[in-house]
Amino acid sequence: VAAGSGSIDALSQFKLEPALGPLGTQLHFAQSNLMMVVAGLLTLALLWLGARPRAMVPGRLQSAAEMAYETVMSMCVDTIGPEGKGFFPFVFTLFFFILFGNLLGVWTYDFTFTSHIAVTLALSLLVFVLVTGVALRLHGWHFFSYFLPAGLPIALAPLLIVIEVLSYLSRIISLSVRLFANMMAGHVMLEVFAAFVIMLGGAGLLGIVPAALSFSVNVALIGFELLVAVLQAYVFAILTCIYLHDAVHLH
Amino acid sequence: MNEKPGDHETSFEERLAMARDKQGLEAARPDPGKSPDALDGSALAIGMRVGVEMVCALVVAVAIGWGLDRLLGTRAIFTAVFVLLGGAAGVLNVWRMFAPKRAPAPRNAAAAPDVPIRGVPTEDVRTKDRGP
Repeated sequence: VAAGSGSIDALSQFKLEPALGPLGTQLHFAQSNLMMVVAGLLTLALLWLGARPRAMVPGRLQSAAEMAYETVMSMCVDTIGPEGKGFFPFVFTLFFFILFGNLLGVWTYDFTFTSHIAVTLALSLLVFVLVTGVALRLHGWHFFSYFLPAGLPIALAPLLIVIEVLSYLSRIISLSVRLFANMMAGHVMLEVFAAFVIMLGGAGLLGIVPAALSFSVNVALIGFELLVAVLQAYVFAILTCIYLHDAVHLH
Repeated sequence: MNEKPGDHETSFEERLAMARDKQGLEAARPDPGKSPDALDGSALAIGMRVGVEMVCALVVAVAIGWGLDRLLGTRAIFTAVFVLLGGAAGVLNVWRMFAPKRAPAPRNAAAAPDVPIRGVPTEDVRTKDRGP
């Protein structure tokens, strides 16, 4: 925070810096990439350490791992149908990658890689390509009937097909923007209120009360961020499931 | 860990239910009768979703229109047309979000009779054959 300059620099927190010293500089390995690796490792650690005891009555970590498995599994099967089991690994990976990315970002000093639209757009493009590929594989050319609403006057078809295709394509943007905007907005808010604390706290006796107020707002915001982190990961995963349902069942 | 030893199961389930009752844990269960929109209930969240859906369709449409114009050298004709189409697609997205629910598919009715997925934007599950 550039408190000394009298302005709030809320966006510099999203700047990419090389991680891991000179090696990272050489490899263009940013702290964002480092956090992605950490998120992946944490997912693996949750599963590996959680599954290792193989206890009949699970301990806390094993319970967490089993709950993670069962939650995503029921999400897939309930939303996609019995075919959803095949998509479980993908949805599970996606969900936990985003979840750990979001949650790591709430931790101080850490970088939120999901606050970059490049990352979320890549994720949603991956989902989009997968969904379209699945639909084409399962239904072949019949897939394109998806864009033709049933019972449509043939004169309106060219217009409505274009609109349906646009609506289908807009999923890429809306899926990525939803996650990116939520994470970025939350972190900008945190930064702004943190800057208020410093600037008002330095303004003498009169500034103490508003500084304390901003600080309490920040405390509440952290809790809110935790909610948003989990919720957005869940929304991303469930929307992926819904799109997969559309791809598998087509109508 | 999910072995189900037939005859023991009922008595264990009963005892578990009793124990949970005693601890007051049963009340913590989500109420299936609750609104499925419980998680995205706030007006601001709904407004954000509507805005995102509309703007996204428009962004895609303008990008396509602008690209076509550049490709074919027809300045601004496709952009103008696709702005309108994009607006229509945005409205379609919003319509899917809030359109009244169709009767649930038989598969869903059989698999999960009374468990709505809470907080889930279910709009896209619905089929597209309901005319506006």
